[in-house]
Amino acid sequence: MQGTLPSSPLGGSTTVQHVSHTVEEGTGKGPSTGRWKMEAVVFILSLVDCCALIFLSVYFIITLSDLECDYINARACCSKLNKWVIPEMVGQCLSTMLMLVSMHWFTFFLNLPVAAWNIYRYVKVPLGNMGVFDPTEIHNRGQLKSHMKEAMIKLGYHLLCFFIYLYSMILALIND
Amino acid sequence: RPAQSALGGPLPLPPARVPERRTPARCHAPRHPGRHAALHSGPSALPAGELRQPGVNRLTQTLVPVPLSQPLGGPGPAQLSPSLAAMSLQSSTPEALRVVNLLQERNLLPPIPIPPPTPCLQQDLQKINCNPEVFRSTLTSIPQTQSLLNKAKMPLGLLLHPFKDLSQLPVVTSSTIVRCRSCRTYINPFVSFLDQRRWKCNLCYRVNDVPEEFMYNPVSRSYGEPHKRPEVQNATIEFIAPSEYMLRPPQPAVYLFHSSTWSHNAVETGLPERLLLPGDSRTKIGFVTFDSTIHFYNLQEGLSQPQMLIVSDIDDIFLPTPDSLLVNLNECKELVQDLLKSLPTLFQKTMETQSALGSALQAAYKLLLPTGGRMSVFQTQLPNLGVGALQSREDPNQRASAKDVQHLSPATDFYKKLALDCSGQQVAVDLFLLSSQYCDLASLGCISRYSAGSVYYYPSYHHQHNPAQVECFQRDLKRYLTRKIGFEAVMRIRCSKGMSIHTFHGNFFVRSTDLLSLPNVNPDAGFAVQMSIEENLDDMQIVSFQAALLYTSSKGERRIRVHTLCLPVVNSLSDIFAGADVQAITGLLACMAVDRSATASLSDARDAMTNAAIDSLASYRQSVLSIQQPGLLAPACLRLFPLFILALLKQKAFRTGTSTRLDDRLFAMCQLKYQPLVYSMLMIHPALYRVDDLSDEGALNINERTVPQPRVLQLSVEKLSREAAFLMDAGTVMYLWVGRSCQPAFLTQVLGVSSYAAVPDNLHLLPELDTAESQRTRAFIGWLRDQRTHHVDESQLKPTFMQNMIEDRTESALSYYEFLLHLQQQISK
Repeated sequence: MQGTLPSSPLGGSTTVQHVSHTVEEGTGKGPSTGRWKMEAVVFILSLVDCCALIFLSVYFIITLSDLECDYINARACCSKLNKWVIPEMVGQCLSTMLMLVSMHWFTFFLNLPVAAWNIYRYVKVPLGNMGVFDPTEIHNRGQLKSHMKEAMIKLGYHLLCFFIYLYSMILALIND
Repeated sequence: RPAQSALGGPLPLPPARVPERRTPARCHAPRHPGRHAALHSGPSALPAGELRQPGVNRLTQTLVPVPLSQPLGGPGPAQLSPSLAAMSLQSSTPEALRVVNLLQERNLLPPIPIPPPTPCLQQDLQKINCNPEVFRSTLTSIPQTQSLLNKAKMPLGLLLHPFKDLSQLPVVTSSTIVRCRSCRTYINPFVSFLDQRRWKCNLCYRVNDVPEEFMYNPVSRSYGEPHKRPEVQNATIEFIAPSEYMLRPPQPAVYLFHSSTWSHNAVETGLPERLLLPGDSRTKIGFVTFDSTIHFYNLQEGLSQPQMLIVSDIDDIFLPTPDSLLVNLNECKELVQDLLKSLPTLFQKTMETQSALGSALQAAYKLLLPTGGRMSVFQTQLPNLGVGALQSREDPNQRASAKDVQHLSPATDFYKKLALDCSGQQVAVDLFLLSSQYCDLASLGCISRYSAGSVYYYPSYHHQHNPAQVECFQRDLKRYLTRKIGFEAVMRIRCSKGMSIHTFHGNFFVRSTDLLSLPNVNPDAGFAVQMSIEENLDDMQIVSFQAALLYTSSKGERRIRVHTLCLPVVNSLSDIFAGADVQAITGLLACMAVDRSATASLSDARDAMTNAAIDSLASYRQSVLSIQQPGLLAPACLRLFPLFILALLKQKAFRTGTSTRLDDRLFAMCQLKYQPLVYSMLMIHPALYRVDDLSDEGALNINERTVPQPRVLQLSVEKLSREAAFLMDAGTVMYLWVGRSCQPAFLTQVLGVSSYAAVPDNLHLLPELDTAESQRTRAFIGWLRDQRTHHVDESQLKPTFMQNMIEDRTESALSYYEFLLHLQQQISK
């Protein structure tokens, strides 16, 4: 703003520095605010994402237990659940990516195994099966029980993540 | 020695020894005197209690464990628990637990086909127990806890044949069908009546009230004795179901014949002149053909000839006319006959090579949607157009690979989805594959597997060049069209509290827990389930299983067929081994191996089968056997187990190293899962008989015909001899092997030829000659055939015959003795 004054080699630079320093000081706390703002945004997004994943886990558990108790049949149950497999995968990967981008390594490594497991489960479905939940196989070899267990574990895990994000978000907001 | 049993009362004293049945003429001279001596020196090392009958020649196994055989008296190395011994007055368990050294005893096969073992129940319960041909368990004594079952290392499951053609079936028409209030079990012979008015369910132990109508017994016209009613006296019974058991009024029988245009040559030779389809006056019939377009046939009454309607838009199928594509069979009989006569000529000149099977199936499904019914699909090539098009996945160079076999699971889920749609609308699809090339049975078979249909496969079918297959097809089609059928069926299998079913095998769709949806049920279908023990069966003496099949008969009547099986609970490992049913275990293992090859890999499945034999014999050796002897020891009831496992490993479904077409292999796998146990066992381990010296000694007299009963031989080339002729019964096909220097008497009197060189190569029916030998041979073969429901033809195919010689070594597989050595090595690791 002040422009470059013709200056002697020794003293000129000091003046410029001085100028820029005053500019920075004028606008407030500086890079640390932006960082905390971004932190808060990241954790708010992750919190919302985690909420969605919790609701999804609960939906899976309810539908699977309906099948166990004969309230719906296998075909209806599996088509309902297969519809939500990809959104769950997307939500989990989104959460992982957010943590990666904002460089929170602890939560990133917390999210990574579950995301990897979801992707593996989706990719490993044989060609002849109608999705991750196949109505002809769900009553065989205890698949219903293992799917139920998986959904319960994911629910517990998402609840844990929820509280971690909540805490981190509040921390970020307080520091804002 | 008198002892107090757990149930109170002294143990029955062992009765005087009855000499066992022996046929000295059949005693084999000991081949190796050293071995003979070794066996006799073995038992002397056992405690004195074991050597009861030093005179018995243990090398010949002619005794068949029959309930009336007397116990060998006194304690043996594996003793019965007192409670079990007290419950069974005619128990065969000591015989079943007799230690057999498999490496030393060469002749393990009993001379007659192996009977199923009898559960160790009280006599009055066992008398009314369900027929083992209908309902059978792998372990006739159920373990008390899951950990005990795990220690025994044998699978626990049930094998059912619920719709079997029965000669005597009690049918009950009753206004009330008595069922338990909580678990909905039908009343059965194994419930307990607390007093005259209340009964206790044997599956969930809830106390129910006896309804007033049930107190009156119409058979004996007495009042006040509900336990004399036929429902409580018969383990297999059929009810006429009242209207609460119907979702909609019973539909008429509807049959749709659906074929690709090249199948016509086949179908024309196959369909008989007068169609005797089961049904009543409302039976309907329809026809659909297709190649790259779909052809419907308007058979409306009043038309002078059938009218063909072609739909060429295969991506968006619609029905050209709303009705008159499915017409009443009785009213339009002449039109149907006209159509059948003219179909082959219609497409004779066709040059089409494309097949739009997927779209045609969708069209047929639309046609059958309102009523349900049965669709019979005749297909001759790979579908290559439209939805559901398949690629050729088989690599001919890989047929004989010793490594894994690929492409055992479906390539697309289209057929599975369509099958589930069909199942929901009570349509069953039966598939007839008449093809000489690869047809991807793995994917196409799904259409039948989940809609409770059946798959028929005729490789290398050609109506001119392969008359044997043509005749086979004709006979099978005749049986298929005229056999009993049930529509809109569901089956529920219930177990006692504490047990649950975790895997199902067979052609059906499991709609919800324990409920099997069967759009069609037929007498040739078998089912298997695997069970686990969820809670310990601590205070139970017996457990029960009930299979209830609700179906609509072809006459439009809603019926329920109920089978109930009762088995004892034991808590010692030796009792579990004593009650093992080796044939049922083999059948169930075959189903499990088919599943494993589809989900994991074929080599996994093969290893799992070998490990099953290793684990069970190792468990027997460690836990039950008190004296450790060298050699491969097995209880008498499991002595055939390694033989059957080896037979499975050499079966077309699981073998590696021998050139096997992929479709052949898949069809064998389908059959192992679909067939009832008795046919599966013949497929796995065929029965071999010598037929050139049939005599009337020991013959059966059935319907005033004497049927000779030759002895069952082992499947080894050393049993064959050039001077004899042998018959091998493999369930669906019989092979006749004529030795080169066979007696001329046999050749002239039975085969009707003058010398060996004149024996025709593809003889598939024995000529009817007037000689005594011919009559005997034909009577025997006819008797075997009568026990089958499929067509059985005799052929002379040497390679296939030799492949069934499972005890011998081939270039890629072990001989029986080598297999035993391998097992022994693994067990003693």
